[in-house]
Amino acid sequence: MTTSGKDNKRDKEAVKAVSKTARPVRGIFIIIGGLVFLGIAFMVSISLGAADIDLQTVWTALTGFDPAVSQHQIIWELRFPRIIGAALVGAAFSIAGALMQGMTRNPLADSGLLGLNAGAIFMLAISFAFFPGLPYVYVVLMSFAGAALGAVIVYGIGSLSRNGLTPIRLVLAGAAVTALLTALSQGIALYFNVGQDIAFWYAGGVSSTRWSHLAVITPVLLLMVIASLAISRSITILSLGEEVAVGLGERTMRTKLISGVIIVVLAGLAVSVVGAVSFVGLIVPHLTRKLVGYDYRWIIPVSAIVGAMLVVVADLLARTLNAPYEIPIGALISLVGVPFFLYLARKGGKEI
Amino acid sequence: MNAIDIKDVKVGYTKRTVIDELSVTIPENKITTIIGPNGCGKSTLIKTIARILKAEEGAIYLDGTSIQKMDTREIAKQMAILPQSADSPAGLSVFELVSYGRFPYRRRMGSMTAEDYEYINWAIEVTGLQSFRDRPISEMSGGQRQRVWIAMSLAQGTEILVLDEPTTYLDLAHQLDVLMLLDKLNKLEKRTIVMVLHDLNHASRFSDYMIAMREGEIITDGPPEEVMTKDNLRDIFNIEADLTDCPYSGNPVYLSYHLSGSDDHLPSRNDDREVM
Repeated sequence: MTTSGKDNKRDKEAVKAVSKTARPVRGIFIIIGGLVFLGIAFMVSISLGAADIDLQTVWTALTGFDPAVSQHQIIWELRFPRIIGAALVGAAFSIAGALMQGMTRNPLADSGLLGLNAGAIFMLAISFAFFPGLPYVYVVLMSFAGAALGAVIVYGIGSLSRNGLTPIRLVLAGAAVTALLTALSQGIALYFNVGQDIAFWYAGGVSSTRWSHLAVITPVLLLMVIASLAISRSITILSLGEEVAVGLGERTMRTKLISGVIIVVLAGLAVSVVGAVSFVGLIVPHLTRKLVGYDYRWIIPVSAIVGAMLVVVADLLARTLNAPYEIPIGALISLVGVPFFLYLARKGGKEI
Repeated sequence: MNAIDIKDVKVGYTKRTVIDELSVTIPENKITTIIGPNGCGKSTLIKTIARILKAEEGAIYLDGTSIQKMDTREIAKQMAILPQSADSPAGLSVFELVSYGRFPYRRRMGSMTAEDYEYINWAIEVTGLQSFRDRPISEMSGGQRQRVWIAMSLAQGTEILVLDEPTTYLDLAHQLDVLMLLDKLNKLEKRTIVMVLHDLNHASRFSDYMIAMREGEIITDGPPEEVMTKDNLRDIFNIEADLTDCPYSGNPVYLSYHLSGSDDHLPSRNDDREVM
């Protein structure tokens, strides 16, 4: 090093200055607080529903399951898996959204808005129409393929435009492709008489989640969380802009490729459980950046927790607001998501 | 000694070749400026040097090694880049952005070392940003932001700095401010600086070496007194320039100019006023 004050005092001051700006303490606090919140929300959510079960019974069902008690059956076979499903789906959509926003510097990126969810539904419709009774593992794989299809079409159309990919243009392409793929899925559903199977995925809901589903998606999700944390620092560097990232020695193509695979898998996985729910992946990463800053090593885990909280609460409201009927969870989240989207769009995408 | 050798490179976009069989060398420890009219390929050349664009043929050599054969992170330890449209995430603070300059040196999960902090602090100090270190970049002026980006490149601790139009969008005072900073870095730290500039007088005043391009080819390269001549400026820009010596650097600068081949000068504004 050619010039520099080497005195230790300055180094200590520097460290102090970092702790003021960097936000890891807040990140840890939110992660721990979020987990506690999720624990409580789990209990409340299990006890409330079409048939209320008191917390005491919930506790005994969790600690000493008795198959003879019908309430224990409800808790274990219906409510518990659906709540875990809600949490996993929230985490998956949110991490996918955070990666998309960071990688493309597009503040309006969300798997729902950019056609990935519609692509997944389209492939689900095909698998129900042509391969009825397909094992769940293959259904999930079809969903991954569909999400990839949606992404490829939207980016393909977007990059045809002469002036390049702007956030708004991509969202427009996403809306068009979503409309097309949804129409095709509905056509397939009507023609092959699988409308009942498909309708549920448009509205979105976790009520049909079973342990057998969770056994398939949980390991995949964990793998994707680990993979996204492994590339999180590279995503931070990419979020400074492609050319800056190249200058800093980032292997941008490799990072984008890995990140693309993770996004498609997460979106496909989430859609196969809950259906085409938009806006979770849009709202949560923005909220998270406000809380923990711009380092994706923090944005990704905190997004996962916040996303899980959002969908668990949304599911609880979906079941209780108009009991015994269920409000589609997608509609409920859109109530918050649409105004938020309009707010971001008005700012012209200068947020990231 | 040459810092960078550009040998027979061909670069273009999908259909159009912008530069072809271009060779030039960038001298070590000097400030080199690439000039030329719009669309002459100067930006393409600097992006190729910076490995943002890939040469279809030929190669760029850094210290004798082709950059295509080097690990990109190793290049990042020798050469820092400031792209033309650098734009940071809105809420990032000065310290945070400058600290990303240490990215090429960091291990997978390792946190920053004392050496990292030393470089970051030095970069913030030498660019005069001490009092802004915790300030969000979104709250700073254009000139200050450019200083932050330069600080980030400096934290990278490289011998070579590559800058694509570092003064664009800045007002006169801030343009000079950025160029004086680069001049200081070159004189005190012996950094090799390569940049694209639009302003010929700035280029001449602050360069040791100039490369003049037109239509994808190098018209001439050399020290400012050889490049900034009446004949060259006519060839490069199609202008008739009235040259004089810069009172600060002694290098040639133009006072004013008109387009080649048009002798019909408009009456001067002062004459106009007298008539009225």
